[in-house]
Amino acid sequence: MERDDLIQDNNYSVSANHDEAHGVAIRKKIWKVTGILTLITVIEVLIGAFIKQYDAAGEDNFLWPYVKIGFLVLTVVKAAYIVLIFMHLGDERKSFKWVILAPYILFIAYLIFICLAESTYWHEVFQGENSINP
Amino acid sequence: MAGQSENISRSELWGGNGSPFRISYGKQWMWMFLVSDALTFGGLLTAYGFARHQAPSWPIGEETFNAMPFLGNGYPLLYVALMTFILIVSSVTMVLAVEAGHRLDKKGVVKWLLLTVVGGLFFVGSQGWEWYHFIHGTHYGSILTPEGWAVVDYNTANELILRMGRGLTVTGAEAKALFDGATATMQGANLIENEYAPLVPQYANFFFFITGFHGFHVFSGVVFNFIILVNVIRGVYDKRGHYEMVEKVGLYWHFVDLVWVFVFTFFYLL
Repeated sequence: MERDDLIQDNNYSVSANHDEAHGVAIRKKIWKVTGILTLITVIEVLIGAFIKQYDAAGEDNFLWPYVKIGFLVLTVVKAAYIVLIFMHLGDERKSFKWVILAPYILFIAYLIFICLAESTYWHEVFQGENSINP
Repeated sequence: MAGQSENISRSELWGGNGSPFRISYGKQWMWMFLVSDALTFGGLLTAYGFARHQAPSWPIGEETFNAMPFLGNGYPLLYVALMTFILIVSSVTMVLAVEAGHRLDKKGVVKWLLLTVVGGLFFVGSQGWEWYHFIHGTHYGSILTPEGWAVVDYNTANELILRMGRGLTVTGAEAKALFDGATATMQGANLIENEYAPLVPQYANFFFFITGFHGFHVFSGVVFNFIILVNVIRGVYDKRGHYEMVEKVGLYWHFVDLVWVFVFTFFYLL
């Protein structure tokens, strides 16, 4: 049987071997992304440690919804850097990139929507004004 | 590193005799596996969101996870931030190993891959400590006072503090009265009850299952990386002329880091 893990030509773009000069540029990019990922994590932890979910009276902090959205945005930014740079998906052919990303994004967006809609309903059933809990 | 295959005509790309994606079979199916694995984690985290969104209350991350090894309590999120940093760094050493592989630099691959294995072991160990602490619980546990469940704590002056949830604390004589009126206690966490959220036992179940499933992935990743490291040292890929196997386990390893980014957000930050 023919083995297809043996790469003879340079047709497989990302797998192609490169020289030292090229390596310097790639390593520079890697360290830059490392800095960005570390910085985002530090920002997240500082926000998490210093902005409280509730104020002194136990009421919801009015900032918290924005903090939540901020955390989600930062998380997606981190994920994008890992997938596109570290996993080289950004360097693959466009067709392959979308074969991986499109079905996943579509399915997860649907799943999140359906679970949030359903749990909002259950919240109403258990904790709402006309809840089944006495 | 990209671009060599950008100028290929459509008929040549899709006409057979090679992958239209210009990617090797093994790497393509590693990606397919990662998509399916990502769906599993996506499903687990969405289920977590479902349970959390309908629950009456949920523990606050920086109050539940505020301990450091050897230092005790009072360091919100610091330890898990350290764990996250270790995993990111081990992802970086992995991508450096892949880069060294593209230059057929065997010594470089061995160095960076070894560091990746060490980073992975550190992370698994940290998770073990985190689990131990989570199961063991805080020093004093939780009590059921007439005003609901409260986590018992003492400040540096040895005065009683009751954490009533929603960031509220009770101290002094009022705390003493509530303490004396307590009718039940709970300490630590297991699959049936947990002191962090006495009213939502699912909290600990989700914590154990999702971080456990992730920890299992990290452990398998360390094993895979180690096997590939042994192959690199034996010169298997030198003989083959390329280090694509390093790249394939690298994809898996980055994926483990990727999942942790989300687990970190949903369990500790939000």
